[in-house]
Amino acid sequence: MKPVTNVIICGTGGQGILLASEILCEAARMAGNDVKKSEVHGMAQRGGSVSSHVRFGEKVYSPLVEKGTADLILSMEKMEALRWAPFLSPSGTLLSCDLEITPMTVNTGHAVYPDVISMMKEQDIPCRMVPAFEIAEELGNLRVVNVVLIGAASPFIPIDEDYWYRAVEERVPSKALKVNIEAFRKGRQLSV
Amino acid sequence: MREKLNTIVDGTLLLSGNEAIARGAWESGVHFASAYPGTPSTEILETIGDEYDEIDAQWAPNEKVSLEVIAGASFAGARVLSAMKHVGLNVAADPLFTLSYLGATGGIVIVSADDPGMHSSQNEQDNRLMARAAKVVCLEPSDSQEAKDMVGEALSISEDFDTPVLIRVTTRICHSKSIVKVGPRREVPVKGYVTDIAKRVPIPSNARKMHSRVVKRLKELSVWGSESSLNWIEDGDRAVGIITSGISYQYVKEVCPEACLLKIGMSNPLPWNLIEKFIGMVDKVIFVEEGEPFLEERVRSKFLIPAIGKDIISNEGELNPELVRKALHPGTTKAVTFFEAELPARPPALCPGCPHRGAFYCLSKLNGSSTGDIGCYTLGLMAPFNALETTICMGASIGVLSGIEKAVGREGMGKLVAAIGESTFVHSGITGLIDMVYNGNTGTVMIMDNSLTAMTGGQENPTTGKNLRGEPAPVLDLVKVVESCGVKHIRVIDPHDLTEMEKVFKEEFERDELSVIITRRPCVMCYRPVKKSVAILDPEKCIGCKLCMKLGCPAISWKDEKPDISKLLCWPNCDLCVQVCPVDAISKDMEGLE
Repeated sequence: MKPVTNVIICGTGGQGILLASEILCEAARMAGNDVKKSEVHGMAQRGGSVSSHVRFGEKVYSPLVEKGTADLILSMEKMEALRWAPFLSPSGTLLSCDLEITPMTVNTGHAVYPDVISMMKEQDIPCRMVPAFEIAEELGNLRVVNVVLIGAASPFIPIDEDYWYRAVEERVPSKALKVNIEAFRKGRQLSV
Repeated sequence: MREKLNTIVDGTLLLSGNEAIARGAWESGVHFASAYPGTPSTEILETIGDEYDEIDAQWAPNEKVSLEVIAGASFAGARVLSAMKHVGLNVAADPLFTLSYLGATGGIVIVSADDPGMHSSQNEQDNRLMARAAKVVCLEPSDSQEAKDMVGEALSISEDFDTPVLIRVTTRICHSKSIVKVGPRREVPVKGYVTDIAKRVPIPSNARKMHSRVVKRLKELSVWGSESSLNWIEDGDRAVGIITSGISYQYVKEVCPEACLLKIGMSNPLPWNLIEKFIGMVDKVIFVEEGEPFLEERVRSKFLIPAIGKDIISNEGELNPELVRKALHPGTTKAVTFFEAELPARPPALCPGCPHRGAFYCLSKLNGSSTGDIGCYTLGLMAPFNALETTICMGASIGVLSGIEKAVGREGMGKLVAAIGESTFVHSGITGLIDMVYNGNTGTVMIMDNSLTAMTGGQENPTTGKNLRGEPAPVLDLVKVVESCGVKHIRVIDPHDLTEMEKVFKEEFERDELSVIITRRPCVMCYRPVKKSVAILDPEKCIGCKLCMKLGCPAISWKDEKPDISKLLCWPNCDLCVQVCPVDAISKDMEGLE
């Protein structure tokens, strides 16, 4: 029986978290897994903290990942990586875009954006920072940050490489396919 | 803003609960569907609109109308579906409770999408209680496959037992995807309209007979339910028997895969015979249910058994596998408690370029505030605006403003206006405005017209000129509506013209008569950027006065005593920061972007 793999993709509303998790689900499904994913729409998407839980394996019951059991957390924003860190399993991997998006509570002076890197060191949270924003800039399309990141996460997820590219083809609009495939490939190169 | 559906692989699709309900409606021959958007239910009608042309689908101005039009279509023998969020069922409660007496000719499915945890809602009412109060059947799916299949089941029950059927889903069902076996559409003919006054006019002499039929129907359904595949027993260690339903079933299976359990798919009326059998099998009963102790109270009062339920699982908030694990296996957890940092909250905010920002900025600048309503503009309550201070339900901003004036007079009301979106105004604000005019109020109502039902992801409404499928539709003229309610002073203004916006507020605060301000500018979701244009700061000119920070724009953060404008987030056709800067330190190329 294939064990269940638990993934959380997180960040802020509007960063393309839902598309990234769609690509993961598609790849997992093509690879013959039972798949469930869960996320929240609506008010939370207006720039708030957003997450998508994906679970796949032989048989999946709960669509939600339990605290302390995520095999992989992929964050599109630095502080959000820290927010979701309690979901990481002791053997899990945490990957984050090194992008900093300050929440309104910081902009209005009600809170201070934390020093994420040193907090992670203090807490012994192993985190791989990914310069996805810079790569997207090089590719001339800031909207592919999410696909660079899912590319960077892909070697840590037990799904064969072929399925990933087929999943990107399936989920992204055909007119933006070329740049997204390139974004995925560049992201993947960072981790292999 | 739906994602496209994926392609069928081995006869399956990966579908959200909402998409599965749409698919179920299509496969089981539904002819007609209607809804008012509301998270977490919105994608049901959107999916039908985008994917299933065989179903005539439309947005209604509110949930009551939605239920009434599908009732009519059912009377004429069509299979019908109406979908709404949990609080929408309150709006539709009036037709619901009597439609229960009238029954169904073509099958009637009503979907209530509840929101435990209040991800995007103002309360967490459990609409299984509504189903019971209205004496209609209630089905509770636990994943997308069940959500799809239950639509077909619901239509059969509806036609066989002459009853509306409520499918009660929750956010976690609506917005979770799982694999669904799909099939073809089964065409069912529309039966046609046949006059039947005794069945459809509940004057007391008819209604008394109808009520008797309803009571009998529920008894028959309970017996039927014990034999139906909607409810089942999974045998296991009989020391404990778990009774569960909906998403809670999945959490129980996750945490106790070998448990002896009774899975309830039809929670009204309950399958008493099956429940009695299950109770007899096990030593002790535990109820695992999200929300109110619906199953627990009913089963315990019927059989007078000792059992555990809400004493170990809260009726507040949403369940998750961790909470169910802690309840069923006390003292255990998978969480690693290495991390206890307090992080800044990241609440939602008005989008960069949002039309509402101009209105709330000016209101806040003038020390004004508002009675609020349900929509993106509820975010006017957040810092730095702090310009919204009440919310009850759809349309309530207007009534609340009137009531405040009745209690403390125009003077006591100060600089309060009612803030309501155009879609919410059409939903149930118009009657509030009529009340204001009729009863001599003098306040100001601000209709924030952004040409879209935005909070739910961007849907058309009667004021936008398009229908659910994006086809041209007649435009409801808000100015004429307001005028015909008897309002004499109506101002239409672009809320991004800050000078004018401020002037209008000042004048309306002074006025001793009722007025309506319509702030009109399309939502950023309506706008297809023709080019990228970013506001640029000249750090030499900037004096660090922080006026731009009072816009609460997510694209502007404060770094090294200067605003830092994000080129990723800055919205092309918005120049509010350019307008508020007193020393012209911010510039932006706005050519061709109006």
